[in-house]
Amino acid sequence: MTHVLEVNNLSKHFGGLKAVDDVSLKVERNQIVALIGPNGAGKTTFFNCVTGMYKPTSGEIFIPSEAYRDKNITGEGHRTKAIQGLNPHVITECGIARTFQNIRLFQNMTVLENIMIGRHCRLSTGIIGAIFRTKKSRLEESELVHDSHEILKKIGLEKYANEFAKNLPYGAQRKLEIARALATDPFLLLLDEPAAGMNPQETKELDGLIVRLRDSEDLSILLIEHDMNLVMSLAENIYVMDYGKLIAQGTPQQIKSDKKVIEAYLGEEIDA
Amino acid sequence: MNTKKLYNYITGRFGEKFGKIIYEFILSTTVSVWFMFLTFPIMVVKVNTIEQTIIWRWKNLIYVALAAFFLSFLWRKALAYKALKAKKDEGTKKSFSLSEGIYSLTESKFYFPSLGALVLIFATIPLFSSLYQTTVLSTALIYVMLGLGLNIVVGLGGLLNLGYVAFYIVGAYSYAMLNTHFGLSFWIALPIGALLSTLFGILLAFPILRLRGDYLAIVTLAFAEITRLVLQNEGDIFGGPSGINNIAAPSFFGLQFGLSGKTILMYYIILIMTVFTIFVIFRLENSRIGRAWQALREDEIATKSMGINVPLTKLTSFALGATWAGFAGVLFSAKTAFINPDSFTIWESVIILCFVVLGGMGSILGVSLAALILYILPESLRAFAQYRMLVYGISLVLMMIFRQGGIIDVKRKHYKLPDNI
Repeated sequence: MTHVLEVNNLSKHFGGLKAVDDVSLKVERNQIVALIGPNGAGKTTFFNCVTGMYKPTSGEIFIPSEAYRDKNITGEGHRTKAIQGLNPHVITECGIARTFQNIRLFQNMTVLENIMIGRHCRLSTGIIGAIFRTKKSRLEESELVHDSHEILKKIGLEKYANEFAKNLPYGAQRKLEIARALATDPFLLLLDEPAAGMNPQETKELDGLIVRLRDSEDLSILLIEHDMNLVMSLAENIYVMDYGKLIAQGTPQQIKSDKKVIEAYLGEEIDA
Repeated sequence: MNTKKLYNYITGRFGEKFGKIIYEFILSTTVSVWFMFLTFPIMVVKVNTIEQTIIWRWKNLIYVALAAFFLSFLWRKALAYKALKAKKDEGTKKSFSLSEGIYSLTESKFYFPSLGALVLIFATIPLFSSLYQTTVLSTALIYVMLGLGLNIVVGLGGLLNLGYVAFYIVGAYSYAMLNTHFGLSFWIALPIGALLSTLFGILLAFPILRLRGDYLAIVTLAFAEITRLVLQNEGDIFGGPSGINNIAAPSFFGLQFGLSGKTILMYYIILIMTVFTIFVIFRLENSRIGRAWQALREDEIATKSMGINVPLTKLTSFALGATWAGFAGVLFSAKTAFINPDSFTIWESVIILCFVVLGGMGSILGVSLAALILYILPESLRAFAQYRMLVYGISLVLMMIFRQGGIIDVKRKHYKLPDNI
């Protein structure tokens, strides 16, 4: 098995607060991994460190280097690339995409344009190309529209293509965030509470969507989620954080019966 | 007592129809009294300091009362109409609007002919208008360029730049100085001025890349003032408060023109540059880089995570905005033949920003229209020139209440699926 993400001893301190404290985590190819924990456990900070929004205080983050990401070559050991402390746009270019806990769409732009912006880092038209509308830039633009439509179709949002993002129903906005992340051509998708605020029906659909994307796009997925039904049915491997520290790791079955996890969520049992 | 309660009480007592009239009457009377009280010191009392007498102009009080009474009535009607329209739009999404109409024009086959006609109209104006009118229109077109340039920074990039005039200064002074000191011609100085302005934009952009919103506004504001004050106080190089005069008008293949010929030539040069500006910004707006700017305006953090190099994007937005100010500056100094720091006060930045906001952030047509109207209107109403700023203020306030998107709010481009792939 190959790792598409390997995080070793990652820490992020804000002054005296250890938001993420010595966390190690691995995601294997085509695996769905969940990161759970009570509110304020440092899950989102962990995401922000991986995606470059924050510079980690210490620790290492490895992804397979480009040549070994291809399906047929199984990269091992040193064929990796360290990405800790890189700028967010560089990390996205490397192939890590994310969504946000509180939806961050480009509200006043159309759904299609949102996707097109996602493709930004895979295109090359510059200012000169845009002004003179060179053959290359025209070709790129029409391909872009085509590709973006394809992505929308895949997610099932094509009927909204020319709507403003802000006018979409809530569930569709969540989906659009995933679609926009997909547009950056990732090999690893980080989903920050994708089911937050969704009803059970929508959550079920999302469940199907995530599995489908994993299979059809050859993706690996790391997700933060509070909806335990979703986590237990989706994740093959679960990491649990509390107060910045990793407190447990294992399959859903192991996690369900883990004493520390139950304590973190429900509080310690006190013998009276 | 709030108005809703009052309304219910009155209609309860006097019946729906009659009660409504009484209710409106009470509201308008309240406003009217309030305004009489507010304007009393300036409208009624007039102190003659020489004869040490006070004149009571009670007549004015009646005017104020009547005006406030009817205007407040009108005001409430307008607000109600706005609310009604918003409700209707929500239901059907199909009420006709100006921007909708213009958008459908750009989709139709009449688009290019109508653009051509518009350019033709502008091209023939100097043939049948007076020299004065041509000059006014030239200046208005320079403001169109400035508005469109600032539109890149504020409207598309979402970076509030209150010191746009600084780049205008760089353009204007670079031509003035290159011409008077080194004898460089207009045609060579035009690209040089724009280039210098761009460089200036890049230089300024570096320290402010981390700033946003209010902080950015303050820094740019200070920067523009610094630039102006340097010019004002550095007499040896920049001519100080008396500025630089005798700047050569542009030549045209060595032909000699009289005053009217020069003015008309200048007009055409400015017109061509304006068309060029519109063309370039139109192309940029819906390109890869233009979308990145707009993403930046919408949400910086999401933009970052979409693989867009945010500092670079800000830099290009700032620098390209400065480029057009540079062009406009060169044109301005060539047109007026005399410049001094007084032409570039902070007020200019504010007016240009008004064009962008009033026209509709990010809308090329809106910004151009706003610049033309807001510049030409006060010019043609010279007799009322003292009320110019009053009109500005009132129109800004009304606009922000009734048409937040500006004269023409932006319609997003609808991309058609290409069938050749």
